[in-house]
Amino acid sequence: MLKTSSARSSSVGDKIFDICNYIFMIFLIIVTLYPFINMFALSFNDANDSIRGDIYFWPREWTFRNYEYVFNESNVFYATFISAARTIVGTIISVFCTSMLAYAISRPEYKLKKFVSITFIFTMYFSGGLIPGYLLIKELGMLNSFWVYIIPGIIGVFNMIVIRSFIEGLPEGIMESAKMDGAGDLTTFIRIVLPLTVPALATVSLFVAVYQWNSWFDVFLYNSSRHNLSTLQYELMKILSTSNTGTSAADQYANAQGNVQMVTPTSVRATMTIVASVPIIMVYPFLQKYFVKGMVVGGVKG
Amino acid sequence: MEKHTLQLTESTSDDSRLRAFFKALSKQKMLMLMSLPFLAWVIIFKYVPLWGWTIAFQKYRLGRDIFDQAWTGLDNFKFLFQEEQFYLVLRNTLVMSSINLVLGFVTAIILALLLNELRRIYFKRTVQTISYLPHFISWVVAANIVQTALAPEGIFNVLLLQFNIIDKPILWLGVGEYFWSILGVTEVWKNVGWNTIIYLAAITTIDPTQYEAAEIDGASRIQRMLHITLPGMKPVIVILLIMNLGHILESGFEPQYLLGNGMNVEYSENLDIFVLKYGIQMNNYGLATAAGMFKTVVSFIFLIAANNLAKRLGENRLY
Repeated sequence: MLKTSSARSSSVGDKIFDICNYIFMIFLIIVTLYPFINMFALSFNDANDSIRGDIYFWPREWTFRNYEYVFNESNVFYATFISAARTIVGTIISVFCTSMLAYAISRPEYKLKKFVSITFIFTMYFSGGLIPGYLLIKELGMLNSFWVYIIPGIIGVFNMIVIRSFIEGLPEGIMESAKMDGAGDLTTFIRIVLPLTVPALATVSLFVAVYQWNSWFDVFLYNSSRHNLSTLQYELMKILSTSNTGTSAADQYANAQGNVQMVTPTSVRATMTIVASVPIIMVYPFLQKYFVKGMVVGGVKG
Repeated sequence: MEKHTLQLTESTSDDSRLRAFFKALSKQKMLMLMSLPFLAWVIIFKYVPLWGWTIAFQKYRLGRDIFDQAWTGLDNFKFLFQEEQFYLVLRNTLVMSSINLVLGFVTAIILALLLNELRRIYFKRTVQTISYLPHFISWVVAANIVQTALAPEGIFNVLLLQFNIIDKPILWLGVGEYFWSILGVTEVWKNVGWNTIIYLAAITTIDPTQYEAAEIDGASRIQRMLHITLPGMKPVIVILLIMNLGHILESGFEPQYLLGNGMNVEYSENLDIFVLKYGIQMNNYGLATAAGMFKTVVSFIFLIAANNLAKRLGENRLY
């Protein structure tokens, strides 16, 4: 609506402003995208050729060797599998449980509605902290297990608020008529509410999936002694954190099995960075209209 | 006598209200089944660790039962408040979160204003989509990018050399004094696009007739931006600013941990890293818990104060 009114009058000053604005936006796009383009170019460029430098936007000598190498490295392949597994399992369980809870506390007739909501929302304002949390996981016997990635994060309070607000915005008549037809709360939830809540569920699924895919600290804290539970981000983090010292993890990757000629620490790092970010780059643009709405709802009520 | 009967009726009405409550509740078995398991979950995973704060008053030894620890009163706190390192990390925490707060706000508001002035919807959408990207990638990837860009042969040094601003490459992450700026810029790079979402939503609620009136009065684009759009965003800005003041001890953990190294540790180490170092790496659980408890309690007070301030200013309550 704004556009039509401002399109009419444009003085010289306004035109200059417009040009500067577009130049700034293009600068912003370059600053945001360049690091990924550069990593992409390095990951597809011959590792030894990269040492000569001057690889910026496009590979000079195309090769798939870096990818072949990274995925033949059993650790990375397995870590990618664990990352994918925790993303899929974690997202399904968390979104289902969070929306079930959100439905229960959205029902106005539910007698424990207030008590349950407050108990959850209060946890947004404090936490026991790192050490007590760590000791709890230890006492529960969850160290060195896959489930330590899933169970402590089943319910996200912010996500619960997003879904609850959405359910509360649905016309009450829909749920009433389901009740009239004799549907219980579980049936109403699964058959009626879940399908209508898809926009909110998409938002929350994205948040949870991104969180799961990107996590490395829980691996470091709880499972660092178990190689077969490592994740892609944790493998990348090991490369990063040792790259200041003499022999880095990237060096070790590169030197293992006498592959010195094939890959270099730089090429391994670039390749793993691309592997770790491509799934996200491919998914989030399609959910944009959902998460923008979800952020606004959660930001106002959260 | 009269008083007695009064009491009696009161208690029976209490009683019947309680009975009615349970009667109604007994009809809500399914809702209870859908929520109470998660109530158990939240108590175990969020409330039980609070009880772990007792460790702050103990000399906690690993391998010994939780109930069989030596109590030391306030010794851990005394030690903490005498420790020079603690004040250093406190300084770092406050400085870094203040920088992030100010930079984060200013850049997001400016970007939202400028995005709002783009007339081509398609171009605007594209810029927005791209600007959200860094928010979704992990800090591990972001730290990798920053480290690569700031390496001696990285793009940043290459550009500065090209334009003769410096005459030899600088190891940016190796100089402690640069760390705060690097972190501030990295945070902006990662989150500025994401932070515009809420401002852009606020802008859409501004009455369009205001712009038309201003245009008839001959206001330029920049004047309209500063006198209509910016004031229209003010309520949201105030609310977010207050809420973020409540998080002043949360300077983040991942970027400092991932970009920190031996050369910049005096500037990069914050409270969370301090807790991790003393607790998990040095097994001084008591001291680490005391530091963590200090942070949570102070944060909680700040948050409550922030909420009350927001309420007093007549804005929506945020909890």
